[in-house]
Amino acid sequence: MSSTDTTAPTGIDLEQDTTPAATPTADYGALTNNGLWKNNPATVQLLGLCPLLAVTGTVVNSLGLGLATMAVLIASNLVVSLIRDVVTPAVRLPAFVMIIAALVTVIEMVMQAFTFELYEILGIFIPLIVTNCAILGRADAFASKNAPLPAAYDGFVMGLGFLLILVLLGAMREAVGEGTLFANMHLLFGEMARDWQITLVADYRGFLVAILPPGAFIGLGLIIAGKNVIDKFIRERARRQQGPVIKGNRRVRTTGSVN
Amino acid sequence: MALIKVTSPHATGQQRTGRLMREVMLATLPGLAVLTWLFGWGSLINVIWAMLIALASEAAVLKARGKAVGFYLRDNSALVTAVLLALAIPPSAPWWLTLIGVSFSIVVAKQLYGGLGMNPFNPAMAGYVLLLISFPIEMTRWFAPGEGPEYFMGSVQLFLGRYAETVDLMTGATPLDSFRTWAGDAAALANEQILHGVFAGVGWEWVNVAFLLGGLYLLWRGIITWHIPAGFLGGLALCALPFWLYDPVRFASPLFHLFSGAAMFGAFFIATDPVSAATSRWGRLIYAALIGVLIWVIRSLGGYPDAVAFAVLLLNLAAPTIDYYTQPRTYGHDKAKRRTG
Repeated sequence: MSSTDTTAPTGIDLEQDTTPAATPTADYGALTNNGLWKNNPATVQLLGLCPLLAVTGTVVNSLGLGLATMAVLIASNLVVSLIRDVVTPAVRLPAFVMIIAALVTVIEMVMQAFTFELYEILGIFIPLIVTNCAILGRADAFASKNAPLPAAYDGFVMGLGFLLILVLLGAMREAVGEGTLFANMHLLFGEMARDWQITLVADYRGFLVAILPPGAFIGLGLIIAGKNVIDKFIRERARRQQGPVIKGNRRVRTTGSVN
Repeated sequence: MALIKVTSPHATGQQRTGRLMREVMLATLPGLAVLTWLFGWGSLINVIWAMLIALASEAAVLKARGKAVGFYLRDNSALVTAVLLALAIPPSAPWWLTLIGVSFSIVVAKQLYGGLGMNPFNPAMAGYVLLLISFPIEMTRWFAPGEGPEYFMGSVQLFLGRYAETVDLMTGATPLDSFRTWAGDAAALANEQILHGVFAGVGWEWVNVAFLLGGLYLLWRGIITWHIPAGFLGGLALCALPFWLYDPVRFASPLFHLFSGAAMFGAFFIATDPVSAATSRWGRLIYAALIGVLIWVIRSLGGYPDAVAFAVLLLNLAAPTIDYYTQPRTYGHDKAKRRTG
């Protein structure tokens, strides 16, 4: 699954990126809207599907990987933006990948040190954050053309957009698959989080498909469909509020006095 | 000047979708009767319940999609999906099992892809696989033939999910289960009563004969062509034959393979789904033969005792490719055209 991530060219991102590049004062509102909704990495760009589909079996897994991705995204955007004037276009992609790989290694070691059980559960998907195209995409499309602060902020909202979809999908799959929410949160937040678990249905028999990979595909499909429905609703409402189009007199006069 | 409207004498076929689907349902009746005779009223209850769910969920989705509900419901395709899935589910199934399976078949596997004619996978088998991997206990709880609930109320109890209260029942391994467990052990195989019916597994041989009769009816009525059943059964039997000759203790006989599981049901009713199967003649033969081979492989070497659903779904995925390479020659051309231009 990871190979699909690397094969997706960053060009997709470039085309869809509607943020004005290299503006003197960055529009943080537009950046937020882009990252969380309009250009969300998970539901619109469909980047980083590998972790999105593989580890979202429970909320805690989603949250762990989402936070790790977000941290890498903020840091990589910041670093790429700092060195943007030094790196020549010819070597920019290898340079970016090196930066991302170094940052992912750091995150991996941090997780190994502080959340060892979660580190074991997430396994290969932590190192695979390197191949998450959302990160390389943002580095190339935004961070390499913008000042450090907007770049870091863009990394934050893009990471947050990714994280939110990850957690939503994780919650859906955990609720349907196991009938619980927030189980095993102590893996991430320590002992005090052990009793955060909400049991939605007592004696739930389990619905295995939701936990297995097909559940991730179906769940993501439903989330995207839900987003499209909301978008359509918003468009319809905007059109209604605009009021009916008033037809002007478009007849071209060919006789008489033309004024 | 008066324009004369000339219409060609187009042939008016009787093959309306609704009629076709009705014939398919009619053809499942012998199989349903034998299942009811062997395992109690459960299958019949399941079929009726599944039909109700299918109609309700199809109507709901059609309404949500803004389609003409009455028109699409009358093509009976939802009912056929329901009947086929209900026949594949064990008669001991509680009501919610059928509910989940059929609504998934109709809503996700069929309507989300665009409705009848657009679904890449056989809806009934998609629902079956969903249930099989999610609820393995309920989906493999078959009675020993003739040991199902004797009275109608017993089946109703099972349908309501009160499995623990109906104690006078004996569930047993199906012939394929049993062979799978004891393959390689000649003494144990000889000991297993269920393996030694008249010519195949006890009870299940008659289920298969009944579905074979239903399938022959479909052939006679011209609803299906011979390619898919022949390819399916031929692929399965030809694959089983050499291995059985080589070691009859470890590998079951072709006859056993054909008449002990869901082979006949699959060959005539499942693989022949006109939407998800290959369409050219050669394509159908290849498609069905590969299903047969895959069934033998999964049954003999895989992790599940029976494999019709998995094999059909996998080959559904391959059907467009098979069709691409088996395009028939167009009249007037020397060769089949592979690409345009």
